[in-house]
Amino acid sequence: MRNTAMNMVHKLAARDERVLYIGSDPGAGTLRAMSKEFPKRHLIEGISEAHIIGMSAGLAMEGFVPYVNTIATFLTRRCYEQVAVDLCLHNLPVRLIANGGGLVYAPLGPTHQAIEDIAIMRALPNMTVICPCDADEAARMMEQTLDWKGPIYIRLGKGGDAVVSKADHGFEIGKAILMRPPGDVLMVTTGIMLQRALAAADLLAAQGVRAGILHMHTVKPLDTEALLQAVRGTRLVATLEEHVPSGGLGSAVAETLIDKLGSNLPAMLRLSLPDRFMHNYGSQDSLLKKHGLSANAIATSIEHALAASRISTPQLHST
Amino acid sequence: MIQISPHAEAALTCTLDERSLYLRRLVLGSVRSAGRGHVGPALSLIEMVRVLYDDVLRIDPKNPRDRDRDRAILSKGHGCLALYALLADRGFFPLSELDGFCGPDSILGGHPEYGMVPGVEASTGALGHGLSIGVGLALAARMRERNYRTFVLLGDGEINEGSVWEAAMGAAKHGLDNLVALIDYNKLQSYGPTDYVLPLEPLADKWRSFGFAVQEVNGHDVGALRNVLKQVPAVAGKPTAVICHTVKGKGLPAAESNADWHHKNKLTDSELDAIRVAVGDF
Repeated sequence: MRNTAMNMVHKLAARDERVLYIGSDPGAGTLRAMSKEFPKRHLIEGISEAHIIGMSAGLAMEGFVPYVNTIATFLTRRCYEQVAVDLCLHNLPVRLIANGGGLVYAPLGPTHQAIEDIAIMRALPNMTVICPCDADEAARMMEQTLDWKGPIYIRLGKGGDAVVSKADHGFEIGKAILMRPPGDVLMVTTGIMLQRALAAADLLAAQGVRAGILHMHTVKPLDTEALLQAVRGTRLVATLEEHVPSGGLGSAVAETLIDKLGSNLPAMLRLSLPDRFMHNYGSQDSLLKKHGLSANAIATSIEHALAASRISTPQLHST
Repeated sequence: MIQISPHAEAALTCTLDERSLYLRRLVLGSVRSAGRGHVGPALSLIEMVRVLYDDVLRIDPKNPRDRDRDRAILSKGHGCLALYALLADRGFFPLSELDGFCGPDSILGGHPEYGMVPGVEASTGALGHGLSIGVGLALAARMRERNYRTFVLLGDGEINEGSVWEAAMGAAKHGLDNLVALIDYNKLQSYGPTDYVLPLEPLADKWRSFGFAVQEVNGHDVGALRNVLKQVPAVAGKPTAVICHTVKGKGLPAAESNADWHHKNKLTDSELDAIRVAVGDF
């Protein structure tokens, strides 16, 4: 996914002279081909994220479309005020390409694990937040970033994630993709939780539970219409995210359902990382598994929630 | 032991001409109307802004978004009263707007906002942002082969922010000689003296070592400022830093070098009388 997104910057640069790549201190050879073909538009500006964001704002004010790239935690926590003021307040078309969203950098510990990035980016007016699920979707997503008006935060996965998106899904910023029709449960996912949700849906099907999946690649602006359509008639809405419970996809879905459905809410299950920093290493997969976000654990949690909802609120949702 | 620059001594004793007094009357009129405002930081800045807008910037108030205009960013956004006075006086917006300062429907807030105030290039107020934006503007000029220049006005307290020094390294890396940083070195920040809060000296050497061509000047001497700012870049291939030695609250004896006048709420009758004595009736 990461290589694909990077190569797309090069492709877009070939097509449009406004496109710049701005890295802080990325891995050796990052976008080498672009640096040779467009040396003036391939900028490496040092470990100075606050400055890089401001500089990108200045370049965007003059008509450029900068794609700023570094590790997700440094692109969010480190320079939050610059993102808020220089990019969002001025509503400038700067694209933040965040390597290692979620637990990708599991072995490197909590300084490198972006577990609250969706929340803090989503909180900012004018910001768009996108979490593609695989390389193919990342490519389709990048195509749409060229002329989007305001700033975009792009949370990239590890790379090598199983490709589950399909070309005929298309990609439109702010438009969710219904991967499986809603059934007893609707799983709402973002980023690489989609792969886990698909596997969980298969496990649930084997148990006779029909599980729908709505892939919410754009967490902001949230596709309210698709969400309301998909929750209709379903007994349980389960949100899945590689993120702390506060402020991410689960919060966004809950906020939207409360705002639109009032007291007539479906039962909800928010599956996320816990509200704490990770002090285990290992791999993205091992940490997801540890925190109940493997396909097996997701399926089990959903079965339990469905059983509980049957007992407590038999007529959950009738709109 | 800090050596006191002769420019700093000159700034203390420098007299102000009628235009400088007039601009102070505009600033203080806004403070009187709003019952609030950053007085000290605006008064130290007035001659810097005045010389920029009167003599240096290639700008057209009738066409404030002209593609080839020089760009100026007030990175110390809390000094906005000085900027508003100049912009109004130069016709970017009516002088009457100054009376609405900080009002509910005013275009003029306590920090300047892009899109709200004609002539304001960037929203500032959070410190340590302007020089990076300026680097972006200057780099864009280079890449687009355009001749506009970018001037960024920084406060001395502001350059406590590490991001300023990140920006300075970036400006030097690109050899942006179309970028000028003006530092309002009034030596007094919100809490107190800069050399108490976070010592900046040797300030000129710092900028020099970061790759800037450095000029020092009495920031209230209009002629001297003009000479320096009309000869930028000071060195081809390098960004320029102009350290403007100023006096916080310059022109109001009660406010000069007095941290209590950093931000002022309602002005008392006796303060208004003292202001009239200092800058004339307003």
